[in-house]
Amino acid sequence: MTSLAVWKFASCDGCQLTLLDCEDELLTLAEQVTIAHFLEASSRVLPGPYDVSLVEGSITTPDDAERIRDVRAQSKTLITIGACATAGGIQALRNFGDVEQFRSVVYASPSYIDTLATSTPIAAHVPVDFELRGCPIDKGQLLEVISALLVGRKPDVPDTSVCTECKRRGLTCVAVADGTPCLGPVTHAGCGALCPSVRRGCYGCFGPMAGANLPALTGQLRRSGVDEDVIGRMLATFNVTAFGAVDDASK
Amino acid sequence: MTHRNRQLQVGALARVEGEGALHVVIADGRVEDTELRIYEPPRFFEALLQGRAYSEAVDITSRICGICPVAYQSSAWNAMEDLTGSDVGERIAALRRLLYCGEWISSHTLHIYLLHAPDFLGYPDAVSLAKDHRDRVECGLALKKAGNAILEQVGGRAIHPVNPKVGGFHRAPTNAELAPLAEQLRRAADHALDTVRWVAGFEFPDLELDHELLAAYDADRYAIERGDLVTSTRVSFPVRDFLDHVVERQVPHSTALHAQLDGRRYLTGPLARYTLNSDRLSPRARQVAAEAGLGPTCRNPFRSILVRAVEVVYAVDEALRIIESYERPDPPAVDVAPRAGVGHGVSEAPRGLLYHRYEIDAAGLIRAATIIPPTSQNQAAIENDLRRVVQANLTLDDPALTALCERTIRNYDPCISCSAHFLDLTTERR
Repeated sequence: MTSLAVWKFASCDGCQLTLLDCEDELLTLAEQVTIAHFLEASSRVLPGPYDVSLVEGSITTPDDAERIRDVRAQSKTLITIGACATAGGIQALRNFGDVEQFRSVVYASPSYIDTLATSTPIAAHVPVDFELRGCPIDKGQLLEVISALLVGRKPDVPDTSVCTECKRRGLTCVAVADGTPCLGPVTHAGCGALCPSVRRGCYGCFGPMAGANLPALTGQLRRSGVDEDVIGRMLATFNVTAFGAVDDASK
Repeated sequence: MTHRNRQLQVGALARVEGEGALHVVIADGRVEDTELRIYEPPRFFEALLQGRAYSEAVDITSRICGICPVAYQSSAWNAMEDLTGSDVGERIAALRRLLYCGEWISSHTLHIYLLHAPDFLGYPDAVSLAKDHRDRVECGLALKKAGNAILEQVGGRAIHPVNPKVGGFHRAPTNAELAPLAEQLRRAADHALDTVRWVAGFEFPDLELDHELLAAYDADRYAIERGDLVTSTRVSFPVRDFLDHVVERQVPHSTALHAQLDGRRYLTGPLARYTLNSDRLSPRARQVAAEAGLGPTCRNPFRSILVRAVEVVYAVDEALRIIESYERPDPPAVDVAPRAGVGHGVSEAPRGLLYHRYEIDAAGLIRAATIIPPTSQNQAAIENDLRRVVQANLTLDDPALTALCERTIRNYDPCISCSAHFLDLTTERR
């Protein structure tokens, strides 16, 4: 039987929790795979190697930079789940600040705290076989990736924009109808256009889509009077490094 | 039997949220030291909030914890609305409480069935438990799903909800949208009562804790999404005085900060809430608690699973009550115009009290943020319990004592991701 391992690095546990949130599928899935290493859910740990590893979280400490190499060495297929693992997460805001200053804001004796100056995605350290986006990941997409792996086909995870999902649901465009700033045109699909469905602008938690035209969107936002600082903050959240890379490439 | 000059290690404590280590030193048959070592990599939320808009704290702080994001969101908007003196009105307040009930049901049921019950029944996990008791685990999963259904319908998403904001919601659900939820919750109410009766049959080790207790208090209801503070010595104080009573200090062995209440070790969470506020539970929750052998107070941390199960009954009752009397708030949010100043907010995360404080400037940007999560408040109490459990059970062999230590930690449903990740247990017997 296929063995499955789940690993955690710097993260909120929400993406691995998504697996436990598959209430209708969890017990069936457990009959199809051997859950060999999933510390949040089981105290039984089977030795590697593992057929499939799901990796949550970003690399922020010297120890974790070592540990991810060991996980890679033990895993036939390595899939990163979520914005921390695929882009460094919200904690990658430190990459643009002074980590020493960050440490001293939170801790009175910063010297006890062993941390790297950056929060980096898993792919910056080891080869990754598939990246599943989202903060958090979508339950349906997670099940699709696992199901595809089990039968040896390519997962059906479109890399189009949130706009395509929004249109398919027949939702009112919040940017056009309400003038609400919305990252939908540049954001990777996968959530099912959750924010527009509550009449809110997309805030980009799935990160940039392939070939995102960021200058076109930021230009539009400026023309509609959105402050430069606000545009900066809109892009500087859970996928700050990924949107930053797209922005740099367009300059 | 005494053990001298012995060491034992457990690679990693499972079924907790996050990473840490435990170090126990036993010398000459006495427990010399217990340290819960938290080495979860710090993510510096309080620092990265500086310079963000006041309205962003709800989305950003939810990412501190994937298991209790609504707690983070609630404490954040409570603090912002405290600063501006905003009143969202009863309709929005009720919808927020409904959302929070969803998180209590989902998080508590996760802990009861998937993380904690396997300890009492001798299984490594719920999947193994399901091989022998599939109906039981399916009951738990259905209950958990009902909690997530609330989070999805009201919050827009089970993990990191997108619909809530400072001032209320982006969009309020219609009565027709909530109706199917009520149907699902009526079935969940039966599952919740079954859960209490099932858990009541577990065997609970004896331990009576003497920690000071701290919980939110609301004269009209069992406090969840807001409240003042009350302690077991019957000191009560408003949220804005929190930092006059609770002081966090850093300890070398942890990336979490330890907190003290008026200079003393204290506990927040289900035992504190139940002991201080059980008279405010719903009649059905009180009745099933009594049937399960719980008095009006509970100070045995091993029985916390029972208290969680009672709180799930209550959360289901509350959710149903709110849906049945639901009046759609229109508009779905009130305007909260920021001004310079300081705001404080608390709420009762499933695992304990969560405090936020923000200093906002005239432009509405966050100048300083302080977040005190439940697990760092509870850490000293957990270490104290461990000391007592180890001391009282020195005759156990190493594997049995180690397993008991892990259970002792799981009693508190510690969310180590919040407080700064895995427990690596090292016991040193000298």
